[in-house]
Amino acid sequence: MSLAFNEEQRSLKDTARDFVQANSPVESLRELRDSKDKTGFSRDIWSQMIELGWGGIIFPEAYGGFDFGVKGLAASMEEFGRTLVASPVLSTVALSGSVILNAGNETQKQELLSSIAAGELLVSLALEEGVRHNPTTITTQAEKNDNGFVINGRKTLVMDGHVADQLIVVTRTSGQSSDQKGISLFLVDAQAVGLQITRTHLTDSRNYARIELNNVQVSDSALIGQVDEGFEPLDKALDVARICLSAELFGSIQEAFERTIEYLKERKQFGVLIGTFQGLQHRAAHMYTEIQLCKSLLMDALHALESGKDKAPALVSAAKAKISETAELVTNEAVQLHGGIGVTDEFEIGFFLKRARVAQLLLGDAHFHYGRYATLEKF
Amino acid sequence: MRTPVTQEEQVWGGRNVRFASTDAKLWFDRCVEKGYCVPDWPKEYGGAGFDRQQTRIFKEEMARLSCRAPQVNLGIWMAGPAILEFGTEEQKREHLPKIARGEIRWCQGYSEPGAGSDLAGLQCRADSDGDDYIINGSKMWTSGADESDWVYCLVRTDFDAPKHNGITFLLFDMASEGVDAKPIELITGETHFCQTFFDNVRVPKKNVLGVENQGWTVAKRVLQFERNMMSDMESSAVRAAVTPRSSAIEHIGLVDGKLAYPIFRQDIARHEIAKRALDKTQQRMADEFAEGVGDMNVATILKYVGTEEEKRKYELILKIAGEQALGWSGDAFSDDGFSDEELQLTRDWLSSKTHSIAGGTSEIQLNIIAKRVLGLPENTAVDKGGK
Repeated sequence: MSLAFNEEQRSLKDTARDFVQANSPVESLRELRDSKDKTGFSRDIWSQMIELGWGGIIFPEAYGGFDFGVKGLAASMEEFGRTLVASPVLSTVALSGSVILNAGNETQKQELLSSIAAGELLVSLALEEGVRHNPTTITTQAEKNDNGFVINGRKTLVMDGHVADQLIVVTRTSGQSSDQKGISLFLVDAQAVGLQITRTHLTDSRNYARIELNNVQVSDSALIGQVDEGFEPLDKALDVARICLSAELFGSIQEAFERTIEYLKERKQFGVLIGTFQGLQHRAAHMYTEIQLCKSLLMDALHALESGKDKAPALVSAAKAKISETAELVTNEAVQLHGGIGVTDEFEIGFFLKRARVAQLLLGDAHFHYGRYATLEKF
Repeated sequence: MRTPVTQEEQVWGGRNVRFASTDAKLWFDRCVEKGYCVPDWPKEYGGAGFDRQQTRIFKEEMARLSCRAPQVNLGIWMAGPAILEFGTEEQKREHLPKIARGEIRWCQGYSEPGAGSDLAGLQCRADSDGDDYIINGSKMWTSGADESDWVYCLVRTDFDAPKHNGITFLLFDMASEGVDAKPIELITGETHFCQTFFDNVRVPKKNVLGVENQGWTVAKRVLQFERNMMSDMESSAVRAAVTPRSSAIEHIGLVDGKLAYPIFRQDIARHEIAKRALDKTQQRMADEFAEGVGDMNVATILKYVGTEEEKRKYELILKIAGEQALGWSGDAFSDDGFSDEELQLTRDWLSSKTHSIAGGTSEIQLNIIAKRVLGLPENTAVDKGGK
């Protein structure tokens, strides 16, 4: 294992690139947006992605998966980020799939993971309750009764929540609102009585929902993992999703950067290519250095995750923080260096700007992750 | 001899070689005997004759055992490798063994008062006089010139050619008549840089390294050696062991595992992550080459990122340690004093300002990335020299 993708991972990455460049360019996201598509992603593209194996890419073969590891998924996510592919791979596979893998019992793993891998099931994680990522501040209550548990609360920023078949709801079963102890995870059917799902539209034209749970009754068998002990497997799953999202965002950054460099080589003002101006050259060169550093942190975190190092959570935070900051730098510069055309809707660079801001926020922005890094490193 | 070396203990070699202890001399002599000062040079020139793989293992082992470098100087880092690559057999036999044995200390005559980043604009002249050149002009930032024995020097031998094509790479003795070196005091208080003056210095033409008027090729190669050396130095540098984190724990303190003044947590995290990113970039490059997908371009970021982050690091420590990082003189035994480490910290902060200037400024590094890596077009208004 190393800080480079191996041959198998590179070949998977090539497959991902060829597939999305041919079938899901940025233009596809524009069409979904403009046609106000009810699903918000292409079911056809998703079923092809399932065919190619991305539904079970990180699951063990025993659960219908392909056991490519997080590195394999991250390598693919980088390519998905280059064309801003809208798909449930992050919500269903990386995030919910990892929760089930970490905390689920054998039956849950057999049933849910193989259905996800086969493309028969979409599962979203209902975690957030505030405007920013905060995985411990949970007030949604799950109370024990004779039939199992009754859940009451509100959730927001639920990725692909409007099309999910099942939801994993993060609840509090004991303790104070920001305690790690006392968090429990429940599988809730999207059709359950008392559940109201409302789709929200964010600037990136991707898919999120707000969810209200009013006396939603679930059985004891809906519990994933142990009562009160949900945070540890949740946080581990979040780290897998955080690094996959970082990889996606890193792909978007590279694409926005490369398009900008090409523009500097073709746009003329004052009779010369604007790429000859040192003021712009230095900004471009600085971005290149930041992108290279991001790549090293991304590979460092993936390596730590795959080899199960104690430092892995801190390194995931390091990568998400740095990549989020660099995303802000690069997308802002990409728009600015394109000048007037950069702020038109017709031109695609704006899609990268909008997606970057949402991806920066999701699962923790730079502030959150610098703070988490400091806490994990005990200062 | 296994503790980190201090500035006073470093062995620079040369005619006026100094050793801080008899142990230091013994270690130096033993290494010289085995060719360990220049492990990858051929044995006949004073090296150990190791191939690339053996040299890597040797260096790793020396580092693992915390062995000190037997000698540090510009002969080993730059003059020697340049002579090995461009020298005649006679030049190699004359100079390399003396470098390997630490008998001759070299300095570098590159920058001039009017030629810094625009190095190729240099004006120090060498006029032909039979079998000799007559050198007139001056050089800036000649590190250790007042203590060095020989200089490798860039001189202009053709004033009509485009500026890169009229430069000659010349080697000569600093004891020659007409050479004078005056130390320059830096903001750190140190004086190891000099301005060096040449007044009708006579140098035999056989001392040209490479070809007359084609010295720029040699010069560029030496700049590469210098950048490699600077990133090596970065990891083995003689510095106060203070980090932003250690400084914060000392001066701010932890309450329930968190800094009592938590505004610094983010700054410290950002610095540590940036530093890790730099270290991991070197490892990633090696791993990518091992996988057959390496990219030499990535190396162009190292000097820029390393020196800029170093400046941010010291600025952060200054903010954290306040007055204790700004001490200039005093001693730890009086109430208003500073420890040696704290006084060193002030110097290290100032020293960090020199590193993003020396060996190609940050702006030059960005130019290199823009042109060589990103392929951005050349600005045609830049002076190329010549008539």
